Amino acid sequence: MALAELGLFSQAIILFAALVLFTSFIMLGQARTLPLIFTFAWQGLLLAVVTVLVAYVSKHPDLYVSAALTIVLKVVLIPWLLYRLSVQLNMQYDAELIRHPSLLLLGGAGLVIFSYYVALPIVRLSGLATRNTIAVSIAVELIGMLLMCVRRNAVAQVIGFMSMENGLFFSAVVSTYGMPLIVELGVAFDVLVAAILFGVFFIHLRDSFDSLDVVRLNRLSEADEPMPLQEAAGARPPGEHS
Amino acid sequence: MTLLEITLLAPLVGGLLLVFIGHRPLGGWINVATCAVTFGASLAMALDVFAHGPQLSSGRMFYIDAFNVYLVILTAFVGMTSAIFSRPYMRHEVERGRVTDRRLRLYHSMYQCFIFSMLLALSTNNLGILWVAMEAATLTTVLLVSLYRTPEAIEAAWKYFILCGVGIAQALFGTVLVYFAAENKLGAERDDTMLWTVLHGAGAGILDPAVVTLAFVFLLVGYGTKVGLVPLHNWLPDAHSEGPTPMSAVLSGLLLNVALYSLVRVKMLVDASLQTNLAGHLMMGFGLLSFMVAGLFLHRQHDIKRMYSYSSIEHMGLMTFAFGMGVPLATYGALLHMTVHSLTKSAIFVTVGHASQLAGTQRIDRIRGLIRTQPAIGWGLLIGTVAIAGFPPFGVFISEFLLLVATMQSWPWLAIPLLVGFGVAFAGLFRNLQPMVFGEPPPGQKPVEANMLPVAVHLLLVLWLGLSIPAFLSGWFEQATLLISGALPR
Repeated sequence: MALAELGLFSQAIILFAALVLFTSFIMLGQARTLPLIFTFAWQGLLLAVVTVLVAYVSKHPDLYVSAALTIVLKVVLIPWLLYRLSVQLNMQYDAELIRHPSLLLLGGAGLVIFSYYVALPIVRLSGLATRNTIAVSIAVELIGMLLMCVRRNAVAQVIGFMSMENGLFFSAVVSTYGMPLIVELGVAFDVLVAAILFGVFFIHLRDSFDSLDVVRLNRLSEADEPMPLQEAAGARPPGEHS
Repeated sequence: MTLLEITLLAPLVGGLLLVFIGHRPLGGWINVATCAVTFGASLAMALDVFAHGPQLSSGRMFYIDAFNVYLVILTAFVGMTSAIFSRPYMRHEVERGRVTDRRLRLYHSMYQCFIFSMLLALSTNNLGILWVAMEAATLTTVLLVSLYRTPEAIEAAWKYFILCGVGIAQALFGTVLVYFAAENKLGAERDDTMLWTVLHGAGAGILDPAVVTLAFVFLLVGYGTKVGLVPLHNWLPDAHSEGPTPMSAVLSGLLLNVALYSLVRVKMLVDASLQTNLAGHLMMGFGLLSFMVAGLFLHRQHDIKRMYSYSSIEHMGLMTFAFGMGVPLATYGALLHMTVHSLTKSAIFVTVGHASQLAGTQRIDRIRGLIRTQPAIGWGLLIGTVAIAGFPPFGVFISEFLLLVATMQSWPWLAIPLLVGFGVAFAGLFRNLQPMVFGEPPPGQKPVEANMLPVAVHLLLVLWLGLSIPAFLSGWFEQATLLISGALPR
């Protein structure tokens, strides 16, 4: 179907969906902590705009509640929590080295194409006005996962995790006009608890490893010689563990 | 208030109460008492279900049938016995200074919340709530894995959090897809189309096959991560070995079951729509791979809890394989195996907890001569391991034998890797077990205060199930088998 045949609001949905995907790519290439958090907040805001537009077009008042939840959680609360923690842990100006950035962005583009392929059976079946954006929502989820896989900084991993969640929420909005309200509330509650737990973990990681670089998390492995280094350094006396 | 409501509310109320008083000496007792109330209510509810058949709660929020009722009892029971074990164990940990008052409060409160989220996952009728409860089960346990705050524990908890979080996110996408497929065909009542009873009743056979297949792949990856299927298993040995031992017992004995339960529930929907055994074949592949790989990893372990965690992966793989095969005999065997594995594995973890307190370490090569220092612990570990390895008088033998017969009937060639896997796992367990139990005890090793009652009860139950299966349990297994295998194409 040609874009011009769609109504103004449907076109706006597609535009904002594209912007959500765009923020995913920005996050993929963003090495600095603070801009990463701000980009994540922008993604949440754009997602809320899409949700409100979908609610208006499809006349599903439930979706206004979802949009409000998104704004509270993903635009205000979680970015604020992450911001405060990164200031508290004095890492707001940290930048991590991203290896092969161009390859990474190409990988992201590949995931978008893959998402269009995955979405084929869904789009074929759907009669919804938003079906053109289903593939975009899957792409947002997969790019979030890619972000988690390639980054070694715990904050970036959390942003990837939350961005995946954004993608999932997005896909629920555009493929079925959102899930039943009770489920949405349950998911939002889980996300909130997860965000708080991540905050707790940042502090623990910092205390134990003196860094949020998850590469240092390498003590537990299936190596044949169990923990020779740590024992030599006295990090784990034999009697300590049971 | 219905019995189901009591079963669900008791752990929730207990969890809230323990937030405030969990660190007092009374806290451990309240933990036990809450679990006892939960178990009692679940037992009464089970009798009701046994007498009157499946029950749908008034708002259609909860659904209890033959498949989940016995898992509810099992969860409540193992939760209770582990709580009995955990009270003196955690007191000992406090005395050793490994756990502060605040963390003990956290531990007790989260223990109850964890039991609640598992019971909610088992009893809910809504696929979305099922997901929410599974995620909640991760969230409640992640701080318990890192309870000791050692670098290893924090690493294990972070891995657990990230891997299970990513995994379970895939399951949410799968759930959205199922909802999409259902809404497409049953659009009329929007909020009902996520109910399992609606999907399994009106939705059977009319959901779009392509979308449902896609959904199942995501659900398999998602819930499969929590089941511990290879190659998504990395979090499991870490999380099980670094947390406090009562937690390992409930994680290994219960959480994995609940994850597998979720997977089988969605498989039933998929089978009804697909009219092929595609979902089953995927599960068989992943299950057999997990079974073989975990058996090999048993040989490489140096940490006693890690070793038994790999044994859990192996058994979960076997059950996934059996549910995937889908023939009635295999399904029956898998249901029985879920029960006996839970009972045996939680008994083993309780014993392992005592053994490592006795030896002061979890390193296999430093745990020696258990049977001479403290016969109860030595025999407990020996009998438990004999049972889990599948020796005849115990229930695990019966279920594994049924699975093997089912495999020979429907997939004869796969009986060979299955037998090899049994052998490899047996060797892996016993090469480590023998010196731990019979070896020369190190000088100065003293007995510890141990409560072997939960272990004895669990192992006796497993023995009983190996000698004769009571009629009501067999009846439930048969009904559940009909339910699960009924939709399969012949």
